[in-house]
Amino acid sequence: MNDRSAMSVLDKPNSYIGRSVPRPNAKRLAQGRATYVDDIVLPRMVHLAFCRSPYAHAEILSIDSTAALALPGVLRVVTMADLQDYCTPWVGVLDHLKGIKSAPQWPLANGKAFFQGEPIVAVAATSRAIAEDAVDLIEVDYKELPPVTDMETALDPDTPVIHPELGDNLCFERSIDSGDVDAAFAEAAVVVEETFHFNRHTGVTLEPRSIICDYNPADETLTLHMSVQCPHMSKNLYAKHLGLDEDKVRVICKDVGGSFGLKIHTYSDEMAAGALTVMLGRPVKFIADRLESFTTDIHARDHRVTAKMAFTQDGEITAVEMDDITGIGPYSVYPRTSGIEMNQVANLTAGPYKHLNYRVRARVVFQNKGVMCQYRGVGHPIAVAVGEALIDKGAAALGMDPAEVRRRSFIPDDAYPYTSPSGAIYERQSHRQSLDKLVAVMDYEALRREQRVLRERGIYRGIGFASLIEVTNPSPAFYGVGGARIASQDGCTIRLDPTGGITCATGVTEQGQGTETIIAQIAASAVGVAPGQVRVITGDTDVVPYGGGTWASRGAGIGGEAALQAGKELRRNILEVAGAILQSAPESLDIRDGEIVDAKSGNERMPLAELGRLVYFRGDTLPEGLQPELVATKHYVSRSYPFAFTNAAHACLLEVDVETGLVKLLKYWVVEDCGTVINPLLVAEQTRGGVVQGIGAALYEECLYSPEGQMINGSMADYLLPMAAEMPEIFVDHVTTPTETSELGAKGVGEAGTAGAPGAVMNAINDALGPLDARLSHMPFTPDKILRALGKT
Amino acid sequence: MTAPIIVTLTVNGEPVSQAVEPRLTLVDFLREAIGLKGTHVGCEHGVCGACTLRLDGVTVRGCLTLAVQCEGATVETIEGMTESGAMKDLQDEFVERNALQCGYCTPGMLMSAAELLERNAMPSREEIREQLSGNYCRCTGYQAIVDAIETTARKRGALGR
Repeated sequence: MNDRSAMSVLDKPNSYIGRSVPRPNAKRLAQGRATYVDDIVLPRMVHLAFCRSPYAHAEILSIDSTAALALPGVLRVVTMADLQDYCTPWVGVLDHLKGIKSAPQWPLANGKAFFQGEPIVAVAATSRAIAEDAVDLIEVDYKELPPVTDMETALDPDTPVIHPELGDNLCFERSIDSGDVDAAFAEAAVVVEETFHFNRHTGVTLEPRSIICDYNPADETLTLHMSVQCPHMSKNLYAKHLGLDEDKVRVICKDVGGSFGLKIHTYSDEMAAGALTVMLGRPVKFIADRLESFTTDIHARDHRVTAKMAFTQDGEITAVEMDDITGIGPYSVYPRTSGIEMNQVANLTAGPYKHLNYRVRARVVFQNKGVMCQYRGVGHPIAVAVGEALIDKGAAALGMDPAEVRRRSFIPDDAYPYTSPSGAIYERQSHRQSLDKLVAVMDYEALRREQRVLRERGIYRGIGFASLIEVTNPSPAFYGVGGARIASQDGCTIRLDPTGGITCATGVTEQGQGTETIIAQIAASAVGVAPGQVRVITGDTDVVPYGGGTWASRGAGIGGEAALQAGKELRRNILEVAGAILQSAPESLDIRDGEIVDAKSGNERMPLAELGRLVYFRGDTLPEGLQPELVATKHYVSRSYPFAFTNAAHACLLEVDVETGLVKLLKYWVVEDCGTVINPLLVAEQTRGGVVQGIGAALYEECLYSPEGQMINGSMADYLLPMAAEMPEIFVDHVTTPTETSELGAKGVGEAGTAGAPGAVMNAINDALGPLDARLSHMPFTPDKILRALGKT
Repeated sequence: MTAPIIVTLTVNGEPVSQAVEPRLTLVDFLREAIGLKGTHVGCEHGVCGACTLRLDGVTVRGCLTLAVQCEGATVETIEGMTESGAMKDLQDEFVERNALQCGYCTPGMLMSAAELLERNAMPSREEIREQLSGNYCRCTGYQAIVDAIETTARKRGALGR
C-alpha cells in the first residue's frame, strides 16, 4: 500500500513538501478582492427574508400575508403549502447508526414550529430591506405548545413528546461494554468520578450562511453559488429534494468566509431559496443575518457527562465508565445526522490510553432548541476534556505528577496497530514522544517551581495538559456505509498547459486553511515545477473531479494523496513524450524547476513550455505513433483503516485572579503529530486557530436559552467570543509519524487544536485552584462560576 | 422620513452622488450602490469590525454609520487604501505571515492595524492586541496578525518611515 521508496517525490531535493510556502490566494483576500457569495450580483436577482417562529414550540393556526404581498417590491410570499410541489422533506438518519430516528424537516414549517427561529413564511422581494419590511407585515396566529428544553428530563414519562409519531424524545442511543468494568473498578487503588457540563455553542463564522440559487427554466439547470464545504454533496441534495436532474445542478463555491463544519449541513432557509428559484425562474439570494445565524446555524456540544476512571497504585488507568446525554434540538440534522458527536464521545474518551475496560451509555435526545450537529472537533473536545480531567483528578488522588500518569497509561509504542475498547483502530501514534517534547519545550519543571513560589504570594497559576487523538482522513465508514451520498474518495485532475504551466483541479475545497496552497506544493513536487507555476481550481462541480470536499480533516490526507498520484502520472506522461522528442530513455530524464533535464548531469534539455508548444501546436513534428496525454486524473480513498488518527499533546498556563474570578491565559503549547507536514506555516496556523476556538468554548462561548426555549444572547454583543486582547501566544511544534496508508503520509490537522484546548484549560484552572479546594467542571468557566467554586458569591 | 435623499461624497477619491433611503447604512451603500465589495458585513451592530473603514480620516464602523450622514464626507475603503499603496507593506506582511485564513475579517483588520501604526509607530504586542480587540477573527487565533503588524512596524522603523 505504500511505495515510499528512495525515489519518492517527497525526498527529492526540489520537493516543496515540508516548506512554509505562503498562500498565493491570500493576496486577493488582503486587498478586498475576494468573492464571497454576497458579493455576487446576478441579473433579475431577488432577495429572501423569513418570518420565523418566535416560539420554541407552537402550532401554526393561520397565516395572513395580504399586507406583505401588497408592499411594492414584493414578488412572492410563500408558506409550506405553496412549496409542497417544489420540495420534498428530508430526514436526518443513517443506516449504520442503529436505531437513530428523526422527523421529516421541510423548507418551511409544516403546521408546527419546533424551535425559535424556524422559518414559517418566505418573502421574495427586490431587496433584502423590502423583504424584511414585508416580513413585519405578516400575521401568524400561533397556539403555543409546551416547550421541551431540558435534555435531562426530555425522556421523562411526563415530558411531552415533540414528534408524537416517533413515540418518544430519544433520537439515538449507544452502549459499549468492553472488558470487565465492574471487576476493574472493584480492584482499583483509586477511583475518581465527576459530572461535566459542556456548553452549547456555535460556529460564528464571520461570513454568515450565504446562497444564491439560480434556476434556468429554459434548460432546466440549477446553479448554486454557495458558501459551502462540500459542493458535490449539495449538488446531490438540491437535485434530490427539488426534483431536478442531478446532472443539471452545478455548485460554485468561491471564497468562503469561515465554515468550521457549520457549512456542511442542510438548512431549511437555504432549501427554500432553491424551491423559490424554481418557482420564480429567477436567481434567489439568501444571506443569513447575525440573529438568524445565532438561532438557526447548527450549535454543538450541549452534553452532560458523568464519568469515572479507575487507576492502579502505580498510576495506570484500568477502566472508564461514562454516561453521556446530549440535546440536539428538534431534528437530527440532514444528511450527516446529529448522532455523530455523541458517537465520537463514545468512541474516543480516554482514547490515548491502554485501559481495556470501558463502559458507555450515551443518549441523544430531542428538545425545542436550535439544532445541533457537527462543528469543528465533533465530540473530540468533550471526549478529551472528560478523559484528561479524570486523569488529573486521579493523579492528584495518587499524589503523582499528571504528566507521569499519562506516560504510564499511554498505549505502548510497540502495541500498534491497536484496537481500543470502543473498537477504534489506531495505526500508530506518538503520545509519549509528543508529551516528552511538550514537557521539554515548555520547561515544565521550571513552571512548577515558579507556580509554588507564586502561590506563597497568593498568585494562583495553573498548568493543564491534554493528550488527544483526532479522527482524520475518513474512509467510507463515516457516512458512505450509512447510505449518505457523501464521497470519502477525492480526485485530482492535473494538466500541462502549452505555456509550461500546470493547472490542477481538486475535489477538496478551500475555506482559508490553505488547501489550494498545499495542493500546489504537492503537485509542483510531483511534477517538478515551482509551486508558483501551479494554478489550483476548487469549488466548481462542473470542473473538479467528484469528491467529498473538506470536512473531518480530510483535505490534506485524501485530496493531497490524489494530487500526488495525479502529479506523478502527469510526470510519467511528460517524460514519455520528452523521451520520444529528445530521443532519450524517459528514465534518463527528470523534470526540475519546469525544465526537462538530464537526470544524471542536471543539464537542461528542454523547457516544459517548449514541450507544450510541440504537443499542442506541432503534433506533426512528433514521432509516429506517439499520442501525448498531458492530462492525468487520479483518485484516492482511504481503505486500510477506517480513519487515520492524529495525536497531539497540549499544555496551558494560566493565572486565576481569585478575587475577581478572571482567568488570564499566559501561554499555550502544542506538540502535534499530523504525519507528513506539507506546510509547517499552515499546520501551525490551523493549530493556533483551532486552539483559540477551543479556548472560546472553555471560557466564553455559550448559547443561552430561557426555560421557554428562547435564545437570549443571539448577538455578537451578548455572545462572548475570543478576541485578540485575551488570547495567549501559542507555541506549536511537531512530531512526525506519517501514515503508511498513503504515499504522502499526511494526516489531518484542522480540528486537533479545538479538540484539546477545552480540556487543557479546564485542567489548568483546576490546577490553579487546587490549593483552595475549588474545582470546576461546567463550561464555560466564567468569573461568576469561578467565584462560586471559591465560595465567594 | 423614508423618501430618498441625495447624498454627495467622495469615495476613494472619486466623487459620488446618489439618492439613498435614510435608513441605508454606509456599508450597504458602498457594497450595493457603489459596488465596493471589499468592506464586509459581519454582525450589523458594530461589534465584529468586519466593516471597518475611514470616514474623514477617522476609523468608523460602516454598519453604524448611515449613508445620509456622509454628505460632503471623504470615505476610504480597503479598495482605496490598496490602490494608493498606503498599506502595501502591511498587506504583504499579512500574506507572508499567513495572518489571514478565510479573509472575511481581513479588510477591517487591516484598516484597524493601519490606524494603529499611524498613531503609534512602534506598538508593543499588548498594544496591538488591544487595538484589535474590536476586530473578530474566527480563523487565526490572532497571533499571526499581531506578528504581521509588529513586523511591519519594525520594518518601517528600520526604513525611517
